[in-house]
Amino acid sequence: MTYTGWFVEQFGAGLGWFLANLTLILAIAFPVMVGVALAVYADRKIWAAMQMRRGPNVVGPFGILQTFADAAKLFLKETIIPAGASTGVFLLAPMISFTLALVVWAVMPFDAGLVLADLNVGLLYIFAVSSMGVYGIIMSGWASNSKYAFLGGLRSAAQMVSYEVSMGFILVAVMMYAQSLNLSDIVLAQKGNVLGILNGNIFNPLLFPMGIMFFITALAETNRPPFDLPEAEAELVAGYQVEYSSMSFALFFLGEYANILFMCALIPTLFLGGWLPPLDLPFLYAIPGFVWFLSKMAFLFFLFAWVKATVPRYRYDQLMRLGWKVFLPLSLFWVVVVSGWLMFTGHFAAAPGVM
Amino acid sequence: MAAFAFYLFAGLLLTSGLMVITAKNPVHSVLWLILAFFNAAGLFILLGAEFLAMLLVIVYVGAVAVLFLFVVMMLDIDFKALQRGALQNLPLGLAVSGVILAEVLLVASGWTAGQGVIVHEALAGPPPGMTNTQWIGSQLYTRYFFVFSMSGLILLAAMIGAIVLTHRRRVGIKKQSIAAQNARTPGGTVAVGKAAIGQGVEL
Repeated sequence: MTYTGWFVEQFGAGLGWFLANLTLILAIAFPVMVGVALAVYADRKIWAAMQMRRGPNVVGPFGILQTFADAAKLFLKETIIPAGASTGVFLLAPMISFTLALVVWAVMPFDAGLVLADLNVGLLYIFAVSSMGVYGIIMSGWASNSKYAFLGGLRSAAQMVSYEVSMGFILVAVMMYAQSLNLSDIVLAQKGNVLGILNGNIFNPLLFPMGIMFFITALAETNRPPFDLPEAEAELVAGYQVEYSSMSFALFFLGEYANILFMCALIPTLFLGGWLPPLDLPFLYAIPGFVWFLSKMAFLFFLFAWVKATVPRYRYDQLMRLGWKVFLPLSLFWVVVVSGWLMFTGHFAAAPGVM
Repeated sequence: MAAFAFYLFAGLLLTSGLMVITAKNPVHSVLWLILAFFNAAGLFILLGAEFLAMLLVIVYVGAVAVLFLFVVMMLDIDFKALQRGALQNLPLGLAVSGVILAEVLLVASGWTAGQGVIVHEALAGPPPGMTNTQWIGSQLYTRYFFVFSMSGLILLAAMIGAIVLTHRRRVGIKKQSIAAQNARTPGGTVAVGKAAIGQGVEL
């Protein structure tokens, strides 16, 4: 009997379905939140190691409870709403940021069949939710009634809209290989896809440049350095979140890291073979898929932290140039190349609806 | 459950549509408009058109409305003046909207679903073994190919028009030339001079 089936039997169709999904949502959201806390700790430890420092090492064993202590401090602080702020929008913005960062996890397959909502437009759902993420930032920028926050919000809006375009084209290339928008199907399409032994689109020479571009675009989408222009402490104090304090700030912070973790999970799903082991050898499948998935996520997170620790921030015109004049033409051209190659090799011959 | 979802989405859609035109602040209007788009996407999902729902969110909520918000946030509008103007133009506005309402009523009263429209089998929904998305794609690129490419051409023309209208060469601005920067060598920019004691260097 399935998990939902048991609940339906116990509580009836409507209530049982509701309770089953509620518990499943909590079973995803709670580990994500704990993961965010550990990711913040890991981030600080990695930067510290790269800068020959110790990093957090006081609260708890190896300082692992540092993030929880910071969160407790933020909880106990006073929420300050500026007198000139547009209160409703000001309070709504962090909630939108945080909620969107959590709902996007609904379609992520953690293992074979281990997914909350197995949508057949899963990739588009992710694209839609991540394109809405800009509202939290732009609304907070406007509602704060402060020039620093406003400039941060405008920068962020322009940046995220620009990079979404090339991100869309990269997703198109991946989608053409898998011939599906369902994330589980995309992962399964990568099983032994290169030379019959390598699992993962990244090993495909035609998709390798797309994988690299997607990583860079993911950095831009999550406002991570070198693309953290919306925050830019040096010129904008803290950008869009400058007027936020206490829990409203914490929601932005948690949402940002939840987004980063999601990108660390999405890149393996699209390019590294998701829950599959990197090589298509039977004994590697003895290790559960969930473990492969988490270790790929951890590896990607290390790359994110590595970039943040080593790369200086872009200037704004350079950021726009990279997005519109380099990534957009390159990804557009590459979609043409990939689709031409697939058409030429008869990849679509078995697709339904071909006339 | 589906009925509840329908009334929820439809009610929110109408409410937010009303708030778009009654909100005092234009930024709030745009935010209500975004909520309206979002609920329309919800209605699409109830109809089983999940591809269209996602596209509505991606295109309208994720791109068009962001740019709307972008522009509206930078405008400095005096609402008192706008409202005075609205009262002056009220009779004309009422007349125009009355004519349009009459036309809509005339058309709607004489129309029943399916009449006068050639209902292709395409409208019957995807055949088994095909997802919604594949079905839309296979129809767009075969039966409706000319209509589809025509709309693409119209959009291209609009895009070229927008670029031509906004493109101008500005004088007196500094612009970065990456190629020129990369082409710089120490030989062209650094000069080593020997300064004698008590004298400067001639550069």
